[in-house]
Amino acid sequence: MAKELMKGNEAVAEAAIRAGVTAYFGYPITPQTELLEYMSRRMPELGRVFVQAESELAAINMVYGAACTGRRVMSSSSSPGVSLMMEGVSYIAGTELPVVLVDVMRGGPGLGNIAPGQGDYNQIVHGGGHGEYRAIVLAPGSVQESVDLTVLAFDLAEKYRSIVVVLSDGSIGQMMEPCELPPMQPLKTKFPDWAVTGSEGRDRRFLSSINLDPAAQERMNFRVMRRWQEIEANEVRYKEYYMEDARFVVIGFGSTGRVALSAVRAARAEGIPVGLIRPVTLNPFPTKAIAQAAQQAEVMLVVEMNNGQMLEDVMLAADGNAMVEFYGRMGGVFMLPEEVLSEICRIAAGGLSTEGHPRDRWLNRSAQKK
Amino acid sequence: MEMNSQVIEEQVYNRPDSFVDVSTHYCPGCTHGTAHRLIAEVIDEMGLKGKTIGVASVGCSVFAYNYFDVDFVQAPHGRAPAMATGVKRVLPERVVFTYQGDGDLASIGTAEIVHAAARGENISVFFLNNTNYGMTGGQMAPTTLPGQKTTSSPRGRDVETQGYPVKASEMISTLDGASYVVRRSLHDPKSIRLAKKAIRTAFEVQIRGLGFSLVELLSTCSTNWGMTPVESMHWLENNMVPYFPLGDFKVHPAIAGLRF
Repeated sequence: MAKELMKGNEAVAEAAIRAGVTAYFGYPITPQTELLEYMSRRMPELGRVFVQAESELAAINMVYGAACTGRRVMSSSSSPGVSLMMEGVSYIAGTELPVVLVDVMRGGPGLGNIAPGQGDYNQIVHGGGHGEYRAIVLAPGSVQESVDLTVLAFDLAEKYRSIVVVLSDGSIGQMMEPCELPPMQPLKTKFPDWAVTGSEGRDRRFLSSINLDPAAQERMNFRVMRRWQEIEANEVRYKEYYMEDARFVVIGFGSTGRVALSAVRAARAEGIPVGLIRPVTLNPFPTKAIAQAAQQAEVMLVVEMNNGQMLEDVMLAADGNAMVEFYGRMGGVFMLPEEVLSEICRIAAGGLSTEGHPRDRWLNRSAQKK
Repeated sequence: MEMNSQVIEEQVYNRPDSFVDVSTHYCPGCTHGTAHRLIAEVIDEMGLKGKTIGVASVGCSVFAYNYFDVDFVQAPHGRAPAMATGVKRVLPERVVFTYQGDGDLASIGTAEIVHAAARGENISVFFLNNTNYGMTGGQMAPTTLPGQKTTSSPRGRDVETQGYPVKASEMISTLDGASYVVRRSLHDPKSIRLAKKAIRTAFEVQIRGLGFSLVELLSTCSTNWGMTPVESMHWLENNMVPYFPLGDFKVHPAIAGLRF
């Protein structure tokens, strides 16, 4: 199929449509709004459901209701809007419903700004909503990967009755790139045996996250966590670059991972033995791949457009087997390849202090620069 | 003494087919049971049992799904109209109703109910107003009357600091998307019969595709009001009805002439 030049947000919308999304509910927020606008044009012309909700809170609860019918449903938003959705996310997880949510992250906290950021990592990967649940989290680094991961998101959501978050950012959402769209899938005609559709011809069904008996709730939590173990065993995805002989390993996700790849290539041109691991699934996290890299690497450099959130997961995976350094930009300031290259050169030059937490060393270095 | 006469049996009461044969968790004197039964009777009479999807809310009626023999989902606090929107948009041929209390609908879920009505969402809302948060033990609700004592207005609701009751039905009736908005009461047999007709009308509105319908039902909460069931009925009639007048606030012309 021919490639098309598409904006990230619109490509995600079209990918979701071709993956057979039956209903979309959303609310405008920059830098995600093109996704909503695209859906407002395309969904009605296909006879599918589009509703612009009164808030993200309502949007996620519309998604919750629609997901109860067993159809493919989704919403999208950006950081502050996703915060507002966290109530519904927890209920959806507690009801074990397949739902796809796209978070086009921006600079924060608070209202922050509309520039690209990665500060929602902890919220999305480590929880966000209340209670014990896990969300599958996919982090695209390009428009093409946004398309591919959106399609995958629907399949994983249904396979595991799970929330799947496509964790993108303002740069990937806003940039235009050539991409190949998937073929149009027909809408589902068979629905799962838990779907609430009206009880005609069968016993009534009921979907809820309520479970007043603590022992029964615990059994449910055990069941969901065992399913999570299955997800961890089967669904870890990551990309490795120049790892064969790497003594230094950069780790970054999404657009930062892509920026880091440019820096790694430039460093290789200078003869520095550096590789890159770009986690594609942030949850489940490629812990084993990073643990293995920590055996071979002298130093691992985590780069993120936040205050060092994935950093903690890398440190747990490295388990002291390699030194971990961190470099971050915050507040919507986009990281440039030169900055990552300069960090790689600093690390390759040796003589690094191992004093304190990598985040503190980074903060101290950035204070000295000023 | 033996009766020397033919036994004539006439069944005057039957459990609705759409009603599950279990005891409810509601307190003695509570009108939730009455409201449930009316809805189940109407679902039976209209032959909607297999086509209906209920949306339970948060509050005492969180367990409504235990009592209706129809498919059910259960929404987060206040979000039932949003969840019902999601269900109804995907399954437009199904009959979707929410069952919400006054804390749920008129406080935490104000945005959801207003916008479901504004969109003319083709769902039916049954709104039980008992002037307090029943499940959490009788706190002040948006519908608590001026001067009414609750566990969070122990000296009586002071409108200077705690504001005035929300007349949700009157407010919602101003929206063009709302097709049927009425207030009824459940405190005596006549009111109950009128309430049932309103519930029937709300479903008729939905089946005709006329859009949003809401029936507010003034209800009792004997336990949290600290009254006997009979006292509660009198208190409702004497205090709530004057503040929340019964009546039709919005009736779509297409159903104005319906009689049951």
